[in-house]
Amino acid sequence: MTGKPVPVPTPETQPFWDGCAAGELRIQRCADCGRPYFYPRPVCPACGSRNVEWFTASGRATLYSYVITHRPAPGFEDDAPYAIAVVELDEGPRMMTSIAGLPATPEALELDMPLLVRFERRGDVSLPVFGPLEPER
Amino acid sequence: MTGARGVIIAGAAETDRLGRLPDHSTLQLHVEGALNAVADAGLSLRDIDGIATVSAPGPVQVAHALGITPRWIDGTGVGGTSFLLHVRHAAAAIRAGYARTVLITHGESGRSRVGASRYRMEASSPAGQFEVPYGVFGPTTTFTIPLLRYMKEFGLTHEQLAYVAVAQRRWAAKNPRAAYRDPVTVEDVLASRIVAYPFHLLECCLVTDGGGALVVTSAERAGSFGKPAVHVLGTGESSETPMISQMADFTESAAFRLAGRAAFAEARIGVADVDHLMIYDAFAHVPIYGLEALGFTAKGEAGAFIADGNTEPGGSLPLNTNGGGLSYTHTGMYGMFAIQEGVRQLRGEAAAQVGSPQISVILGNGGMFATAGVLVLGREPG
Repeated sequence: MTGKPVPVPTPETQPFWDGCAAGELRIQRCADCGRPYFYPRPVCPACGSRNVEWFTASGRATLYSYVITHRPAPGFEDDAPYAIAVVELDEGPRMMTSIAGLPATPEALELDMPLLVRFERRGDVSLPVFGPLEPER
Repeated sequence: MTGARGVIIAGAAETDRLGRLPDHSTLQLHVEGALNAVADAGLSLRDIDGIATVSAPGPVQVAHALGITPRWIDGTGVGGTSFLLHVRHAAAAIRAGYARTVLITHGESGRSRVGASRYRMEASSPAGQFEVPYGVFGPTTTFTIPLLRYMKEFGLTHEQLAYVAVAQRRWAAKNPRAAYRDPVTVEDVLASRIVAYPFHLLECCLVTDGGGALVVTSAERAGSFGKPAVHVLGTGESSETPMISQMADFTESAAFRLAGRAAFAEARIGVADVDHLMIYDAFAHVPIYGLEALGFTAKGEAGAFIADGNTEPGGSLPLNTNGGGLSYTHTGMYGMFAIQEGVRQLRGEAAAQVGSPQISVILGNGGMFATAGVLVLGREPG
C-alpha cells in the first residue's frame, strides 16, 4: 500500500510548514493593504504589493463546505469514507483540510460549525487539520 | 468585422465510435477525429495550415502524424474547455491572416488509458502541498466540494440535483450514440451508490474513450463545403483558480460568468436569443452553476428551473441534447463533444433535433471550475 502523500515545501512556503512544525498556523498578509491571504506566495493577490509579512493565525475557523468521499485516494484506503473539507479561517482566507475527531457523516458535519486547528504528523512535516473546539475526551 | 464574426466551423465530426476503445491509442483517436472532420468539410489534409490541440499528445505530434506542416500552432491546454478556446484563438488567427484553415483535434483514451499520459500532481506544487495531502483523488473529490455550500445558501435539494441526471437521460434516450439510454427516475439516481457525498454515481459523468475535431475557416468561404456553415458569432474565455479550495465564492463560477459575458457581448445577443444550449456537465451541479452564470435564471433558481422540466425534451430551453457527459460520453475533456452537438443542432442533423435553432451557446469548463470558454454559434452570419 502506498503511503499518504507528503507535501514538499518550496522556498516561499517553507515558513508555513515551519509554523506547522512549531504548532502554529502561520499565514501571510499584505503590509500595505492589510489583507490576509493563503496559500503562501510572495505577492499580495489583492493589491499586487510585494510588501507582505507572515503572522500567526488564531487557528479558529468555520466549516465552509466538504464532500465525504467513498472512493479513497492511494494511501487513504483505511480511512474511507472520509471528509475532504474547506474551512474559512477567522482571518478570512480558506484552506482545504481534513476533519479530525468527528465522524465523516452529514449529521456530524454541519456547515459553519466552529473548528480549531491541530497538527498531524505526515512524513517530514506537520499537516494542519481541523476538529471541534473542545478536544475529544 | 469585429470580434469573431467572419469565421465559420466548416467541418465537425467525432470518432467513428465512442465508449470503450482499447484498440485505439490517444493519438489514433486524434487522427480519426481529424480525418472525419476534414472529410466532413469536403477538404483534404493539404488544405490545413493551422493546428490546435491540448498539450498531450500536443499539436506538434498531431500535425506530424497527419503530415501537416502548420504555419500557426495553438497548444492551449487548460482542461476540458480547451477546444472552445482553440476556436476563439483560431478565429483571431484567421482574421489576422496567420492561418486560413485551422484543424482543432481532441482524442482521449480516458477509460482504456492507451497511450495516455499519467496524471500526477507534483508534491511541491501548490495543489501538491495544500490539497493532495488531504486525500483528494481526481474530480469526484474536488469538483464536487463547492456544492454543499450552494445547497445551504440557496436551498437546492438532493432531489433537484438528481433531476439534472433524469432530464439529460431523456435526451440520451433519443440518441443511438449515447452510452446510457435507459430512462432513470429521481429515486433511481438517489439509490445509486454515493461516490462523494452529496454526489451519487448517476450524478457523475461517464469515463470513456473517444475523440473529435473541427475545421475552422473564414466565412468568405461559406457555401464551398460539404455541410452548411456554422458561424462563430461570439467567444469568451477566462480562468479563476487552479485549486478548488481557492474558488472565491463556492456558489458561483466567476470564470463561467466572465466568459459568457464576453461571448454574448461579442455576438450582441441576450439569453432570449438562445435556442439551444450546451453546458459542460462533468457533474450534475455544473449545469446549475452554468445556467446562473450565463443569466438564464436568477441565482439559486437553476435547480428548480431544470426540475420543472424547462431543459428536457419539450421544454423551452433545450440543454445538453446529446445526453451530456452524464449520459452521452465523457473522455475527460468533454468540451469537444459539447461543440459537436451545437454544430449538429444548427445544421439540423442532431439525433435529438430541436427544430431549427438559429443560435446555440456552448459553455465549457476546464479543471474544477478552473477555466471557462463560451461560444455563441449561429446558423446565419449574425
